[in-house]
Amino acid sequence: MVRFLTRTRGHAAWDWTDWAAHLYLVLGVLVMFGPVLWLGMSSLKSESGIQAFPPTFLPYEQVSVDVEGRGKLKLYRVTAGEFAGRELGEVRRMGLQVQLVDPAAPATLIRVAVGDREPVMHLRAAWDNFTGLFSQFPFFRYLWNSVFITAVATVLTLLVNSMAAFALSKYRFAGRDPVFLLMLATLMIPPTIVLVPNYLIASQLGLTNSPWGVIWPAVATPTGVFLLRQYMLTLPDELIEAARMDNASEWRIYWRIVLPLSAPALAVLAIFSVMWRWNEFLWPMVVLSRSESFTLPLALNAFQGELTTQWNYLLAMTVVTLLPVTVIFAFLQKHITQGIASAGVK
Amino acid sequence: MKLLAALFAFLMNLPERPMRWAQGRLAGGRLGWVFVAPNLAVFAVFTFLPIAIDFHYALSGGTNLLPAERPFVGGENFATLLDCVDHFDPNTCRRDLFWHGVWNTMRFVGFQVGLMLGFSLLTAIVLNRKIIGRGFFRAMFFYPVLLSPVVVGLIWKWILQREGVLNAGMMGVGAAPVNWLLDANWAFFWSVFVSIWAHMGFYTLILLAGLQAIPAEINEAAAMDATPPWRHFRRITWPLMLPSVLVVLVLGLIRAVQMFDEIYVLTGGGPGTATTFIVQYIYKTGFADQVRQYGLAAAASLLLAGVLLVLTMIQLRGMRRG
Repeated sequence: MVRFLTRTRGHAAWDWTDWAAHLYLVLGVLVMFGPVLWLGMSSLKSESGIQAFPPTFLPYEQVSVDVEGRGKLKLYRVTAGEFAGRELGEVRRMGLQVQLVDPAAPATLIRVAVGDREPVMHLRAAWDNFTGLFSQFPFFRYLWNSVFITAVATVLTLLVNSMAAFALSKYRFAGRDPVFLLMLATLMIPPTIVLVPNYLIASQLGLTNSPWGVIWPAVATPTGVFLLRQYMLTLPDELIEAARMDNASEWRIYWRIVLPLSAPALAVLAIFSVMWRWNEFLWPMVVLSRSESFTLPLALNAFQGELTTQWNYLLAMTVVTLLPVTVIFAFLQKHITQGIASAGVK
Repeated sequence: MKLLAALFAFLMNLPERPMRWAQGRLAGGRLGWVFVAPNLAVFAVFTFLPIAIDFHYALSGGTNLLPAERPFVGGENFATLLDCVDHFDPNTCRRDLFWHGVWNTMRFVGFQVGLMLGFSLLTAIVLNRKIIGRGFFRAMFFYPVLLSPVVVGLIWKWILQREGVLNAGMMGVGAAPVNWLLDANWAFFWSVFVSIWAHMGFYTLILLAGLQAIPAEINEAAAMDATPPWRHFRRITWPLMLPSVLVVLVLGLIRAVQMFDEIYVLTGGGPGTATTFIVQYIYKTGFADQVRQYGLAAAASLLLAGVLLVLTMIQLRGMRRG
């Protein structure tokens, strides 16, 4: 088996560096993905499972039984004494003793010392952590805010950036190059340093506590203009000349010819934009202060301050937040990594 | 879906008429301005104008948000920020939190960028070998890059909490549990660790692209001569990938200087001020404190912008050379 696995084309055997490399990578996967896996498993645990220490990897939960006349009781296995080996429901605890009943014969109470019983556990995924998000919190609101901002901002980003890129790559006009440089220069002005004035502008425009307050500042990106311009430069000008011969308007040339041909670059920018908007934190936190306008990251941050005891909901919400990005990555992994490697941006 | 496509086509046809009109009026390439206008307008309103307002805020005082109602105070905000008896001891400063932020950020940048560069380089070199399941490993190392910083912060908060899995592991091997995020040194360590965890995949990818750009013949020639691995790295790999290392170094510095999101979620800047960085000072002073001191926040922003400007200049110079 090991021989088969280590057989590589052209090389007879592994030397120590091959072993070290693979060992490093396997350890790396544990460190890089292990925490996410741990989060996912934890989010399926019931409240008691989450508080259990030491924690288990799989979501175990104590079995409950319905006992006639006594309601739902937690099931315990007696470990010592005359009832050893029997599985009984716990009625109440009295000091160092507990009263148990046999679910089959609920009339007779059995007394056992506290230390002589252990809970009966079974595997159960607590999906109610997820359904509870919708019933106990305005979770749908946050989800909708995040989806709305991400979708609208991405469509607008693609439109606005591709229009600029079209002009910067296919037209010659006085001031074209200064405009391009000016746009690239905005790379030097990250949102962190214009936080205060942008808050003023957003509030003057009536954009605070509105999804548009997150959307508008985001639709013009230097990265997007640069990426699309470089791609459009590679499109042959003859295509455009031919269309002009056919008396197509410039707008039509832009959106019927250039835009479809730029699909690969648009796709890369769309993925970036979705990631940026879905994950954005600091600017939304500044501009959205009312909880009904919160996005998922804001809701997560607010909850972790408030309900430290309700980890089960917090973990479920975290999983819902990372799920879309994970699914996109699973399907478009190659495009994303290639796009980032070629553009050198994130 | 079809309906959506039809709606989209309809919306995209709307600008046709006004654009045709503009086309008739604007000769030559001047129609280009019309296409550039929306993008430029957004930049003007949300990037260029704010820089100007930033200066206004930094040079005016009071707690009013409206620029017209803020009294001009000259360099007072900068003076307040920079006023220290001993700049190496934040407790002697008038704005001690700012200086805690400055020193923490410097310490953080040193550790984080250095270690991240090391790990990214190692990972890229390993991934550039003949590896079984290379695509899988590359994807795994990259995956955390895509996660929301809030998610990153919460994942690690859950692992590092007092009754978390790491402490369970510690007790499993017979060690005493540690309050990872309540001890200043450990909280700082985990800030560095978590930010490396979240971002190193991105830098690994850039370095890997740089490695793969090295012509195969050079490596083959070295293999023919039976060059020992270390010398191979010193004499061939390192010099040839130096340009991408520089790119990663400067990009990493620019990002590290602005670190905020995941650390804020993870530690809240604490315990005390152990993991409070400059951006958190800006956020706190401008938005989270009871009395919002926009002037101080803007002044701190401009100081940070100065640092970023220098770093970007270095990057541009490096790129021109590369």
